[in-house]
Amino acid sequence: MTNRYSFGGDEHIFVEVDESMSLEAFFKALSITNAVRESRIDGVTEICPANASFQIKFDPDRIKPDDMLAELKRLEAAAAQAPSVIETRIFEFPVYYNDPWTHETLMRFRDRHQDPSATDLDYAARINNKASVEEFIAAHSGAPWFVSMVGFVAGLPFLFQMVERARQLEVPKYLRPRTDTPKLTVGYGGCFTAIYSVRGAGGYQMFGITPVPIYDPKSEIDYISDDTMCLFRPGDIVKFKSVDRAYYDHVVEEVAAGRYAPKVRNVTFSLDAFNADIDGYNRKLEEVLDGH
Amino acid sequence: MAIEVEAPGLATTVQDLGRPGYYHLGIPLSGAMDRLALRAANRLVGNDDGAAALEVVFLGPELVFRADAMVAVTGAELPPRVDGVVQPTWTSFAVKAGQTLAFDYLKAGARAYVAVAGGIDVPVVLGSRSTYALGALGGHEGRALRAGDVLPVGRGRPAAAGREIPAALRRGPGGSPVSLRVLPGLYWHRLTEAAGRQFLADTWKVAPEADRIGYRFRGGRPLEFMPHEQPFGAGSDPSNIVDACYPYGSIQVPGGTEPIVLHRDAVSGGGYMMVGTVISADMDLIGQLQPHTPVRFVAVDMAGALAARHDRQAILDKMQSHLA
Repeated sequence: MTNRYSFGGDEHIFVEVDESMSLEAFFKALSITNAVRESRIDGVTEICPANASFQIKFDPDRIKPDDMLAELKRLEAAAAQAPSVIETRIFEFPVYYNDPWTHETLMRFRDRHQDPSATDLDYAARINNKASVEEFIAAHSGAPWFVSMVGFVAGLPFLFQMVERARQLEVPKYLRPRTDTPKLTVGYGGCFTAIYSVRGAGGYQMFGITPVPIYDPKSEIDYISDDTMCLFRPGDIVKFKSVDRAYYDHVVEEVAAGRYAPKVRNVTFSLDAFNADIDGYNRKLEEVLDGH
Repeated sequence: MAIEVEAPGLATTVQDLGRPGYYHLGIPLSGAMDRLALRAANRLVGNDDGAAALEVVFLGPELVFRADAMVAVTGAELPPRVDGVVQPTWTSFAVKAGQTLAFDYLKAGARAYVAVAGGIDVPVVLGSRSTYALGALGGHEGRALRAGDVLPVGRGRPAAAGREIPAALRRGPGGSPVSLRVLPGLYWHRLTEAAGRQFLADTWKVAPEADRIGYRFRGGRPLEFMPHEQPFGAGSDPSNIVDACYPYGSIQVPGGTEPIVLHRDAVSGGGYMMVGTVISADMDLIGQLQPHTPVRFVAVDMAGALAARHDRQAILDKMQSHLA
């Protein structure tokens, strides 16, 4: 993996770490962007890690584009030497799979889907060789996910599952994007889960909905920082938990009453230790969530 | 001091110079699409460059002033009227308490900036008063104005009436087709050589789907991609990439058919390949393009982009010395 650098006009450098998605590519992008933040280069205005790439916005009146490029190449070399370890957070997120709201929405847009006669979950289960929707949900909620990018719209996390490639779930996006997606839909496109932070257009397959708000433009929610108004940041780990309608309704009420906060713990993640024993490492992460 | 919104116009929003620093969370810069016009309007009424003003698109609002105010309208040629009396654009003028500011039909451009001495004093959210409507953030209640809204105005020391930006310093899109200068790059290498030439040779037209998020263009020939095995996680269309960040001004071409140039309320990332980026000096011009305007994308190199940036700054400097 050698970075490919390209200027995005006179104010951005776009850096593709790898064409393909992998935890290694994501980790390299995250390490370099962390190093850019720590080095406090004068003239850098935005530092944006993405799934297998990243982007730096800079002010060319303060740092020349070629000098900015040289700085990034220097940091790439330094990051290659650093151990792949980060201090991060792990969240447990309840998901009501196969819920009535995304179901109602997906039925309205059947003409834009690959398989108009099935639901998004039926279709995803079938093309991923799962015997049933339940088996598919078990795979989706069975292993944790990395927040590999936050964006598209405010606070929307892209999540990449922490399993080897053979176990990655893959689905195409809708043939034509929908004009509507319920707020807090848990969707899927390519190899990424997304949680839609706001209601709006979307092209991802819809699997369920979470009762836990992740974006707070009115600063009403205690567990979301007023400094960013977004819950997630790249590098966070999320474990989904399949819940029923009663639990979903309960959390919605608790959120409305200001009594709810998602379960979250601080955790150290080592890519090498993870790769040495993926399932064992994920079990340890779950133990951290459970307070062991 | 406050302003009552009698009629809102088409999509009038509160905008300043934007909200940098949150793009990594998907919160875009926002702010005036034509930043030079916003600065000009603010300078005319005696505000700091970064004061919040109203960005008016195509159709003007009707505003009733509760107190005396100094006002300037820049950007698009949208002639203002105070209680029916036409006022010049790019010039400061007084509005008295109880008077109504309304607008004639649009004559040129797309977005006018209405600055009021003291600035529109909506709450500062994440460092800016700009409206980011997609995220319901900032501005007046996170949305475009509606009839019945009341906008607070800050205290300022108004400049005199009759201050004017000379015609030579009023920058807008000129010529037909309008040239937008582009630094090719990003995923340009995924186009065939013929497609790259053709992208720059064809005349494109602004599509009706043109807003603060991005401007879509139609009318050029579809672009051909180099043969390429789609990488894991990218999606099956040759225009798909593993979801990545989008630079402001970047030109994505979903399916190879209709280029979209992302603007101040950009979606911060996604899964479409981009063929290059409109240079910073020409971003203001996009905000003044009406639907159906013919446009050519003109390739420049980094030296050309920086020279254009310098020229744009020189206009601001001249404005400053003229108004001093």
